[in-house]
Amino acid sequence: MAKISFILNGEEVSVEADPLKRLLDVLREDFEALGVKEGCGEGECGACSVILDGKLVNSCMVPLGAAEGADIVTPEGLRETEKGKVIVESFADTGAVQCGFCTPGMMMAAEALLEKNNNPDESEIREALSGNLCRCTGYDLIVKGVKVSAERGKDLW
Amino acid sequence: MNDEIRKSVRRVDAVAKASGLAKYISDYNFGDILYARLVRSTRPRAKIISITVPELPDGYYYVDHRDIPEKGKNRIQMIKDDWKVFAEDEVRYVGETIALLIGPDREKLLSLLSEIKISYEDQEPAYTIEEGLACKGGAIVGDDNIYGEYNLVKGDPDTAFNNAARVIEGTYRTGFQEHLYMEPQGMVGTWEGGRVNIYASAQCPYYIQKSVSGALGVEGKEVRIKQVTTGGAFGGKEHFPDVIAVPLAVAVNKIKKPVELIFDRIEDISYTCKRHPSRITIKTALDKENNITGMTIDTVINGGGYESSTLIVLQRALLHGIGVYNIPNAHVRGRAVATNTFPSDAYRGFGAPQGLYAIEMHMSQVAKELGMFPADFKRKYFIKNGDMTITNATMKDTVKLEEMFAAADEMSGYSKKIREYKDDPYKGIGISFVNHGGGFTGNGEQEIIKGVVKMKRTGENSAALYVSNVEMGQGLQTVLRKIAAKELGLNYTDIEYDNPDTDIVPDSGPTVASRSTMVVGYLIQECAKKLKTKWDEGVGAEAEHHYKHPSEFKWDQDTLQGDAYPTYGWGINVVEVEMDKDTYEVKTTGIWTVFDVGIPMDDTIMYGQVSGGVVQGLGYASIEKCEVLDGKFRQHTMADYVIPTSVDFPQIKNRFIDNPYKYGPSGAKGAGELVFDAAAPAYADAVQQLAGKNIYDIPVTPEMIMGLEE
Repeated sequence: MAKISFILNGEEVSVEADPLKRLLDVLREDFEALGVKEGCGEGECGACSVILDGKLVNSCMVPLGAAEGADIVTPEGLRETEKGKVIVESFADTGAVQCGFCTPGMMMAAEALLEKNNNPDESEIREALSGNLCRCTGYDLIVKGVKVSAERGKDLW
Repeated sequence: MNDEIRKSVRRVDAVAKASGLAKYISDYNFGDILYARLVRSTRPRAKIISITVPELPDGYYYVDHRDIPEKGKNRIQMIKDDWKVFAEDEVRYVGETIALLIGPDREKLLSLLSEIKISYEDQEPAYTIEEGLACKGGAIVGDDNIYGEYNLVKGDPDTAFNNAARVIEGTYRTGFQEHLYMEPQGMVGTWEGGRVNIYASAQCPYYIQKSVSGALGVEGKEVRIKQVTTGGAFGGKEHFPDVIAVPLAVAVNKIKKPVELIFDRIEDISYTCKRHPSRITIKTALDKENNITGMTIDTVINGGGYESSTLIVLQRALLHGIGVYNIPNAHVRGRAVATNTFPSDAYRGFGAPQGLYAIEMHMSQVAKELGMFPADFKRKYFIKNGDMTITNATMKDTVKLEEMFAAADEMSGYSKKIREYKDDPYKGIGISFVNHGGGFTGNGEQEIIKGVVKMKRTGENSAALYVSNVEMGQGLQTVLRKIAAKELGLNYTDIEYDNPDTDIVPDSGPTVASRSTMVVGYLIQECAKKLKTKWDEGVGAEAEHHYKHPSEFKWDQDTLQGDAYPTYGWGINVVEVEMDKDTYEVKTTGIWTVFDVGIPMDDTIMYGQVSGGVVQGLGYASIEKCEVLDGKFRQHTMADYVIPTSVDFPQIKNRFIDNPYKYGPSGAKGAGELVFDAAAPAYADAVQQLAGKNIYDIPVTPEMIMGLEE
């Protein structure tokens, strides 16, 4: 057991836990960040995506110990921001959401992309989403959701 | 009117899902919960000699067939009730449920699980269709391993073949396909109100109720099933949830405490049903003028260790086996064979994709033999209104395939490109034509399902609808609201429609077979009309509507003769590809689709179905390989069972051709499976066009293409 401290959605938090516990489990069990979904537990699907120090990561592959001192954003944090609201609304308006299980992770991937590139073209969007699997949509409308997010949020990113 | 309903609206579930607020089964907190692990067979075919369970600490439970109540039955009441809840003295596949191990600590459960010792007497297993047909190791089922056989005959195929100038033959194979819904299987059982309650990620709450109550030996209403937000299903949550819900219910019935059973991904891929593998041999008889005079189709599908819904899947494979063509003399034969693989079950298309893949590839290959381009040849045989179908009824649809082909050709440039690429070994373009019958086969909606819907006025300007059909990603909660709202003159957001709970909703049938919009949507439309006449009775006014089969459609289920489906959706896919000269990797450079779904109930939701269905079909065609090795699925993680990512396929260009169906809501037909069916044959046709060699099997991998060259 160890005490690990990090910033979660803008707040300083700490947790006493096994440093090898998956960040995914810590976020869901200790912080009720239920928008972080477990789709595969092996770093393949991206449903558990969070942004850690500005980078998109699969939280199932991050041991809690590696989060010490990190700045972590989950869907719970992102959805409260102006940027997050633009992405949620854009996804809803473009039909990017079907079963929804991959969608919070897709939203994190969209945010991570737009922070780096606020005017991505289709191939840049597809590349940025390629670590996040979706079985319902065939991706076309998610790509559109990101494109519309970029247009609507051009003053935000 | 139709323009109004098709106009895209924002889905009712979109914001909650996108922002991570929607609760799936793993997001609920049931308080002090116990966890369950399945004790599974590690052998494909064996007699169980003995089972040794370690001494369990307090609060841990081992639940097996001996815990089924005396008045119950150790059988899962699916379409066929041959599948046992818990294996007793024999196992037929790796992963068969033997028991549940239950307790409060997940780590401890795993260590206890490893201490359970089962000794087996192994028997020789059969895995493939050929091994099953040959009764390798002795028959698993009956004396021939055949779950069932059907024969459909139209005209006089024997004479056609006897008089044929030429016969062309091909054998086509498709493999297992994993659904890979993003949310794995999961459910929680509780003891509330003195009875079993199941909260499940599932398509068919009443299927689960039937299975659970049957095994416990109680009336249906003595168990309650509540569907929770479901993270994708594609048929994988049609029957399979019964396979885990029933043991879970037996456990809850015994220990009277809440128990959670949620699969991790490796369990889910390893130990859930897949699409039936198929082997289909087609022979075409031609006269001297190269006209098709007859056809025989011999279909075998691999049902695995238990029958469950396999024969219904087989029927659909046969009823779609001859595709969109009018062949004067034909014999379609089908058999489902037992093997020692995990039982195969429902997957989007339900047999039709296998049949349609084979006929489409075959027709392209016959065209090539005759020196014709595929579309030019296939169009000569398009079935038309009034033509005789394979089940000896007239085609009642207005068939718009010619208009659809014109649209597909205009969008894709198919006719021009197929000529341009004729001698180009690195570029190809493929085309496929499909149809898909909406709703249950024949009179199943009347005889088996007997769907009922209810509606109620709940406020000044609001109403609730009560159906057992579920939202699983396809947009049903939005579409059914739109249908009800249109009749009542309300906004779709004024209609309440919760995830179904068998205590509250009538049985409007399962969420399967492309029936929910077409069949249940029509019931809602008619029910809403009734409610409208009672609207002035005030808040609380109710209406109910029951399914009634339109009298013009006749069907005999014993002989499989008559109107197999009241209507069909129709589809054309065009796929353009390029192949890398050195690696044989195929890149898809264009996808064009045209669909007749009657009238789309929402343009965006329907486009989402097209895009999702087509990409899932392209995965089936190209990369989704799933093999059995020693009775286990060799690909059992997301790293080795790969599905398409966002960079694998380009954006789809789609067009809908309107063709309203009289008994669909505002003219809608079934669509959810149709959109899957055409992709695989279009892709494989594109590759065979560039390769200049016939392709018979999918998935079409670079290794396979390299093999064609040699």
